[in-house]
Parts: sequence; structure tokens; C-alpha cells
Amino acid sequence: MKNTRISLFLVLPAIIISFAFFLLPIVQLFKVSVVEGNGISYWNILTQPMYLKSLLSTVGLSTFVTFVSLVIATITGLFLTRYEFWGKQVLIAMLSFPLAFPGVVIGFFVIMLAGRQGLFAQIGLALVGERWMFAYSMAGLFLGYLYFSIPRVVLTVMGAAEKLDQNLIEAGRSLGASRWQIFCDVTVPTLRPGLISSGSICFATSMGAFGTAFTLATNINVLPMTIYTEFTLNANFAMAAALSLILGLVTWVCLGIAKRQGAASVGMGG
Amino acid sequence: MKKDKYFYMQLLFTLAVCSFLIVPVVMSAVAGVTNNYFVGIKSGFTLRWVEQVWMLYSDTIWLTMKIALATTMINVIVGVPCAYVMASSKSRWVSVFDELLTLPIAIPGMAISLGIISVYGGFSDFRSSWFFILIGHVIFTLPFMVKSVLAVLQSFNFKVLEEGAASLGASFWRRFFDVIIPNCKAGIVAGMLMTLTLSIGEFNLTWMLHTPLTKTLPVGLADSYASMRFEVSSAYTLIFLCLILPLLVLAQMLNNKKVQNN
Amino acid sequence: MTDKTNSVEITLKNITKTFSDGTLALKPTDLTIKAEEILVLLGPSGCGKTTTLRLIAGLEFADSNGGSINFGDKNVTELPIEKRKVGMVFQSYALFPNMNVSENIVYGLKVRGIDTAVIDHKLAEMLKMFDLEKYAKRGVHQLSGGQRQRVALARAIITEPDVLLLDEPLSALDALLKARLRGDIRTLLKSLGITAVYVTHDQEEAMAMGDRIAVLDHGEIAQIGSAKEIYLQPKNAFVADFIGQMNRFEGNVIDAQLVLNTGKKIPLSSEALASSNANETLSMMLRPEDIRLTKVTDEQHALTGIVSSSVFLGDRTRVTLEKVQKEGKVIVDCFQRIEYPSGQIVALSFESKHLIPLQG
Repeated sequence: MKNTRISLFLVLPAIIISFAFFLLPIVQLFKVSVVEGNGISYWNILTQPMYLKSLLSTVGLSTFVTFVSLVIATITGLFLTRYEFWGKQVLIAMLSFPLAFPGVVIGFFVIMLAGRQGLFAQIGLALVGERWMFAYSMAGLFLGYLYFSIPRVVLTVMGAAEKLDQNLIEAGRSLGASRWQIFCDVTVPTLRPGLISSGSICFATSMGAFGTAFTLATNINVLPMTIYTEFTLNANFAMAAALSLILGLVTWVCLGIAKRQGAASVGMGG
Repeated sequence: MKKDKYFYMQLLFTLAVCSFLIVPVVMSAVAGVTNNYFVGIKSGFTLRWVEQVWMLYSDTIWLTMKIALATTMINVIVGVPCAYVMASSKSRWVSVFDELLTLPIAIPGMAISLGIISVYGGFSDFRSSWFFILIGHVIFTLPFMVKSVLAVLQSFNFKVLEEGAASLGASFWRRFFDVIIPNCKAGIVAGMLMTLTLSIGEFNLTWMLHTPLTKTLPVGLADSYASMRFEVSSAYTLIFLCLILPLLVLAQMLNNKKVQNN
Repeated sequence: MTDKTNSVEITLKNITKTFSDGTLALKPTDLTIKAEEILVLLGPSGCGKTTTLRLIAGLEFADSNGGSINFGDKNVTELPIEKRKVGMVFQSYALFPNMNVSENIVYGLKVRGIDTAVIDHKLAEMLKMFDLEKYAKRGVHQLSGGQRQRVALARAIITEPDVLLLDEPLSALDALLKARLRGDIRTLLKSLGITAVYVTHDQEEAMAMGDRIAVLDHGEIAQIGSAKEIYLQPKNAFVADFIGQMNRFEGNVIDAQLVLNTGKKIPLSSEALASSNANETLSMMLRPEDIRLTKVTDEQHALTGIVSSSVFLGDRTRVTLEKVQKEGKVIVDCFQRIEYPSGQIVALSFESKHLIPLQG
């Protein structure tokens, strides 16, 4: 039928771009990871401590960042939906703008806070006479990841909290439930889908965050940095391909979980 | 709700979170116009770092804008018709294609760029041109454009509007340009702003795809963070923020307008 | 638009429609809509009335089984809507939100590349005719339901289509406006002399609008005829029940009377008797307004019932009776202002010619 032909014509450019510049490259990457390394790359990842350690430390860091972000975002998100006060819109804008900052810039912001001339160094100098510096450590990385995670999670929690039925809370109070009981029995169940979806997104972004790591993790082996080193310094394309495919698989699964929980939009690069 | 001690505790906490996000932005903005950051603000303000950045890196800024505009144009031309077909077609292939199209959001730029290099890296003319970066940006931002338009299309019954136009004698293309496009304008504009913002700030893909002659702004930023003095890096960051903040404010305003209209 | 359009006759021959999921939306159907006629397609949701309209419009295409749709002499079976020269008013009006009232109205002319001077002239005429002059530059979202409805109509007729199709055009309006507008629309259609197909699920609207009514049920035309024919001579129980209220009596024919399962008897007219055999089971229908309630004088022979409820509706009192038959109730509309307390025993009387025999 004629309509089908027009539809195909309209969608064809998108299909071509998608196939040529995404599907084909990913397939090629898979081929490279299997053929060039004789399939040994995947085995190496599991057996060589360097790669395994990199994978595990990235997972560990991402999990911790996700957990802390969720706690912070729940408190802040609930607060911002529950109360009306002067300047609230400004706070919300402040919380959402960092969404668009690329990872490198966030890395620089961490240097601003915890670098040699950073805020913490000044405070430390003033208080105890020594500079507090941790920008280029795991703690600095954690701070950076937290920076790009908080906005995503806060906005999702706010979206979920708006659906919170005030009647339920009032009903809970009328039945004599304490603040804490209401939080556990009414608030958290309502927020749960939002928390799971934004948590998955947060975890996925942390796993793949290259920009922040590139600025800060010169001495830390997180997965994106390992991939980069394999590719540029060791010229081990097969290993880089295998690692990035594993990374891709992990983040894809995470975002699949987020999607099933009804995440409206998935965040931007970290 | 009444403002008791819990209110103030949460307010304090939220303010702390906000300052964690905003203080470094302000600090880098200030550092970018300070004579000597090591000495502090008392050393006085200056624009010479900004000028220095402009001399060193102005080509990265132009290239970034060129790529961002080209990406946006391609996204509109490719993404809007694509979203229309996805919204109107009942074919089961649509959901398969939807998955494929959104996959680049899920898969780290690292993997995509390595893949692109492995397929097209051998074409040296292509590899060394800015088009190589452009395709990466299009792959990464196209899903946002499509989703943005799709969301608008799904929010009203565009099929019946199309039928209305058809009943008045309008051919497919007339219907498309007279009825579909104007009524998706909000989604297209939101998608364009999103594309511009993402493309200007894109680093993960771009770092792998760039060559010394095709450096974009974030690539230049990473470069300056590693090798330049603090004030120059800050001034450069300041320029980046000046580019991106108007887009964010605009997007926020559009969003507020949408909420009000509803 | 004071001059009459060249209206055409619409003929559907052996048209069927099966949806992609396999449901048969329209069984093989023949239908002729005369030139200048207003035909109403009436039925419950899912009966195929909208499908029929969309087939005539060219928004859906009939199964390819040799069936055809003709506008006059022209076979339009394969033509899409934009080539059929139809005007259509949609249930949701489908006004373009990106255009103001005037732009909406003239869109069909603009598409056809009509001269601007002509467009302006026709627009002025339409705005005047539909009393929309004040709203010419307004956005469509600023209009009330009734105003939108008028814009939709103006937009549909400005191109002088061969056929006007209306898909439940009043369903989004409140009852009062609905009643007024259906008169207005009918007058307009008649003055235009246009062939019109009008879809509704509201039987009152159907009777007020249509020259003829086609009652659809499960993808086929159950009955087609004037409002009077359909109301007074329904062909089957579905039509009878769908149009107005109906009481149903069932019994055996004994001694020229219908004997109900309570032993009560209803005298039958000679026509009814002629078409039935003795001892045969028979169904008879009777409209509530054809029954009169009287005092019981002869308890032995009269058809009696017990009042179970009575509701005053302004112009009439609707009385519900029990125990006429073993199951079911009988509804009676009384136009005298008499009180019928619950529990009272009353006698039913009616002229036997008002009884409608039913098959099935």
C-alpha cells in the first residue's frame, strides 16, 4: 500500500544512520573482540587480576555512588515536593542545571573543590594548617560521580513524589502512625519504582563515566580508563573492544530495568 | 504543611546539596577572571585569561558550534519524520527499531566510538575530517530528538487531525507540513535544544573520534585541565558555561510554559 | 453558498470490511443513499456504523472482494479521502490547533489552490452564516464546544463537497445545545441540498435528523427506513429495543387471544391472527405510551398488574407494573396527572392494532 511506502521513505534515513554508524560498528567491535584476540580477551578479563580488579572496583564505586545519591535525593526530593516556600524554583533549577555538564567539566569542578588550590584545601589550611586534597583519589572520583548523579535522581524522585497521595499520609496519621512508620509504609512504596529506575540509570552512568575519570583518575583503574589505556597505550584493540562490550552490556541491562520501571527519559553522558 | 524543625533540617540539607553543585561552578567562574587565583580575589579581576583562551582555543569553539548546528539540522531532518512514522505505524518492527535507536543512550560512548573507529577508521580522509565527530554526535543525540517529538505526538490525537486535513483534500505532504510539523513544534524545539546542549558538551565519544586538527570545546577543556594553569582552565570553563547556560535556561522556560498550558 | 451543490447518490454494493486483527466489522452490505438525502447510521458502539462512514469517506478501504462504492456514476472504491470530494465533521472536530478560526475554515480552499479573492469572499460568507465573525482571528482552543462545532461544519462545507459526512458531531456537547443544534444542522443540510451521512448512537437525534435511518447491529443493517417505520414497525427485537422503550408479551394463541404465562389474556387483532396459528407461541411488542391504565372493574377478564413504582417525568408519569407476566415488568407512560401508589392493582387497556408482532 502507498502509506507503507511513504512511511519507509520517511524512516529510511534514520534506519541507514542507525545501521551504518551504530549497529555495524558494534557488530564489528564484537568481531574484533572475538577474532583478533582469538577469544582470549574475555578469558583474560576473568583471569587477569588487573582487569578483574578494574571491573570490580568500578562496580563497587558505582554501587556506592548510587546508594548515596538515592539517600540524598530522597531527602531533597521529598522536601522540595512537600513544602512551598520562597526561592524553591531557584533551588530546583540549581539541582537540574548540572544535568547538562559534561564529565570533564565535572572533573574540573572536583579539582575546584578538592584539588591543591581547592575549597577543602583552603578550609583545611585555615583550620588545621594542612591542605585537604583528595581530587585525584577514589574519594575525588566518588565526589565527581555524586555530582552528576544527584540531579538525575532528585528529578525522578520529585516526579514520583508528586504522585504521592496526601490522603494516604493523612490516613496513616489518623491511624496513629509515627513519622517514621509513615515514611516506611506509605512514602517509600510509592517512590520505589522511581528509586529503582533512577538508581539503575545512576549506576549505568557511573559505570560508563569516562569524562570525569579522564580528568581525575590518572592513577585509578576504573573500567573506562582501563579501556582507554588498552586502546591507546597498549594498542590492544581486542581487549578494549571486549571490555567496552561488557561495559555496554552492563549499562544496557541497567537501563532496561529503568525502562521497565517507566523512566521517562534517560540521562545524559557523565 | 507546617514549617516545623523537620522543615528547617531538610532545608539545611537541601541547601548543602545545592551548594555542593553550585559552589564549584561559581568558583571556576571567579577563577577564570581572577588575576592570580593562588593569591585570591584580592589580586584583582582581569579578562586576560579569557583572551588567552580565545587565542589558544577559539578554533575549538567554532568547531563545536559548527558540529552542534550540523547535528541539530540532521536530527531535525532525520528525527522528525522518523518519530512520525514510529508514532503512526502499528508494525511490530517499530518497537525493534525503537530499541535499536535508543541503544546509543545506554551504551557508553567509549564502545560506540571504538566501533566507529574499527569500521571507518581506515578511511583516512573521513577519519581526519570533522564529519567523523559529527556522525558520533548524531548517533548519540538522535534518540533524544526522536523521543522528544514522539512524546508530543503521543500527547494528542494527530491521526484525526490528519484525517481532517485529508477530508479537505490535502495530500500526504501537505498534511505533514501543514498539520503534523506545526503541532509538534514544541517537541522539535525541545529536541533541538537538547541536541545542541548534548553536542556542545559531548566528550566521551569525541575524545576517541577527534584528531589534533579536529578538537572540540570539551576536548580542548580536557587538554587545558591537563596542561594549562588554573586560571586558563577556569576561563575556558567559563566560556563553556556561557555557551550552555542560555540553552538550559531556554529549555527550562519552555518546560515551565508547557506545565502552565496543561 | 445559497446555490445548491450538485449532490450525488451514494451506492455501496457488496461492501465488507475485515480489520487486520480478523474481526469482521461490516458484513456484506448494500446501501443506497439518495441524492440530497440525510441518512442516519444508528446503533450501539461497535455495531459498524463508524466503519461504514469511514468506508464512504475513504478513510478505510473495503475488503477487495469485488464490492464497490459509487458517488453518482463515479467509482470511488479505491480513492483515498483527499480525492473523494467529501466534507467531514469529526466527533472531536479535528480542528487544527496551529491555525485560527479563519485559517481552519479556508484550509480546504487553500489546499485546492483557489484564488485569494475567492477565498476571502467565501470566508466572509461562512463566518456570517455561522455567526463566527467575532471569532475569526481566535485560536480554536479559545472557543466553546458549540463554536468549535460550527467551525468544523463551516470548514467542511466551504469546499462544496459532493457528500457531507458527520461522525457523531454533537456528542461532545451538552444536552440543551445538542437539541438546538440538531435542528439547525438539519435545516442547513436541507438548504444546501447535500447528500449527507450522519452517524450517531442517540436514537432521538437520529429521528430528528434523518430522512431515513439505518439501524446497525453487529456489522449489518438490521433495518432501514423512515423514523416512523422504524419506530412503529420494527423488524426485530433489537431494533424495537434500541429505538425507544418497548414492552414484550409472550404467550400462546388460544381462542383469538394471546394467553400469557400468568393465565392473563390479550385480545389479538385480525391481522395478527391471520399471520399466526392456534397454539403457536407468539411475541408481541407494545410501546409504553400506547397503554392506558384504568380502574379494575372486571377482575376476572381484565389484563391487570400491580404498580411497583411510578416516576414523575414532567410531561408524563412512567409507571412500572409487576405481575402481568411471571417475569419482567411492564412500563407504561401516563400523560394524565394521576397518582399511582405502589401496590395498587390497575387494568391495562390498549388498541390491539398497536401490538407489534415480532419474529425472534
